[in-house]
Amino acid sequence: MSWPRRCCGIVLGLAMTCAAAETSWIQKVPEADRVRANPYAKQAEDIAAGSRLFANYCAQCHGSDAKGRGKRPSLRSAGVQQATDGDIFWLLKNGNRRRGMPSWSSLPEPSRWQIVSYVKSLGTSSKAQPVHEPQEKPR
Amino acid sequence: MTTLERVASVAGRLSAMTLLFLTPLLMPILCSAQEPPYFVTYSDYMEEPGNLDFTLKSLNGTPQYGNSFVSQTLELEYGVKGWWTTEVYLAGQHTSNDSTIFTGWRWENRFRPLPGEHFINPVFYVEYENVSFADKSLLEITGHDSASDLLLTNAQGRSKVERSLETKLILSSKAGGWDLSENFIAEKDLNESDPWEFGYALGVSRPLAMAARGKACVVCPENFAAGAELYGGLGTTDGFGLRATSHYLGPTIQLRIPRGPNITFSPNFGLNANSVGVLYRFDVSYEVQQIFHPRRAK
Repeated sequence: MSWPRRCCGIVLGLAMTCAAAETSWIQKVPEADRVRANPYAKQAEDIAAGSRLFANYCAQCHGSDAKGRGKRPSLRSAGVQQATDGDIFWLLKNGNRRRGMPSWSSLPEPSRWQIVSYVKSLGTSSKAQPVHEPQEKPR
Repeated sequence: MTTLERVASVAGRLSAMTLLFLTPLLMPILCSAQEPPYFVTYSDYMEEPGNLDFTLKSLNGTPQYGNSFVSQTLELEYGVKGWWTTEVYLAGQHTSNDSTIFTGWRWENRFRPLPGEHFINPVFYVEYENVSFADKSLLEITGHDSASDLLLTNAQGRSKVERSLETKLILSSKAGGWDLSENFIAEKDLNESDPWEFGYALGVSRPLAMAARGKACVVCPENFAAGAELYGGLGTTDGFGLRATSHYLGPTIQLRIPRGPNITFSPNFGLNANSVGVLYRFDVSYEVQQIFHPRRAK
């Protein structure tokens, strides 16, 4: 086998391994958790609250722009953005300790849903998302 | 080397050590941990991998017929893996009308065997202690520990060092924002043929608000957690039970300053004649994020 083919094979293998690693936690999510509705979805104030919680607890590993750091994955990836709110909430509750993701079950449930709302608001855009601040009401 | 050069050399070393110690505290990558507001009880919380938590634990008390004391313990907690946290403690104390001394060190490890969240989450704890009898940090109460142990002078207490192995079974549950943690403690002095000593600690806590606000704030309910702790001794293998043991109960409150320190306070009230009347506990903790990670969070 020629070197270019070997390199392509290695890269493809690594990509498949990474893809498998990224989606492996999703396969563990029970159906009942997967379909859970986010009571704080798409509400500006809760997304703003989620961004503050994200900055305090999540940015350390995933970066303030949520694009990942080193081995810590991007939260703007298609894998994360296509996951349901229930999937991400389940991951925050249970963690993925073998891969370094801690459980955030010490945070109250509403706070975790607010983080989910913020993460899902990021989309797959590569541009940094500004911190959401709720609009001041005109006097 | 002249006296002036010696002084300059010592001052230089001290400055370097101070800088080394303070640098992590001054870096803009601090955050508050999600640790519950307990002083003695452990929950299933594990330090996030790569994070280093500095905690300064203070304890003040006045045993009956004894001098008041202040114990200071520096705790360095590091998340090695998601399932493994390791800690080092350095302890010292000052006793009124006596002296200020270093009392010893501890090295502990906590392991969480089960991945995921369960109704009850177990954690195994193993600690090696090398502390003198003058230690007054009261990080746990075991066996027949009592207020009379605190009446030794520092000279008497520091002359005897206890090297012991301490194990804990930590059980923790969460429901509706509440944390309920139970610890069962077993401790053995490795030098002596003393029996195993037992103890317990129970903690319950809850944040004051479940959801965060949209606007940044410090003194708002979601940054506070409150609860209560109960802990004490359970005798030894020679006499298991509550006879001749000491017990404490107290409320606890914590302020988690966003991207800043956690501050926790608790008055612990002695529940019987073997206990100190009131112990005042005060913690300040900083978490330095991803300390050995090549790229830090902005």
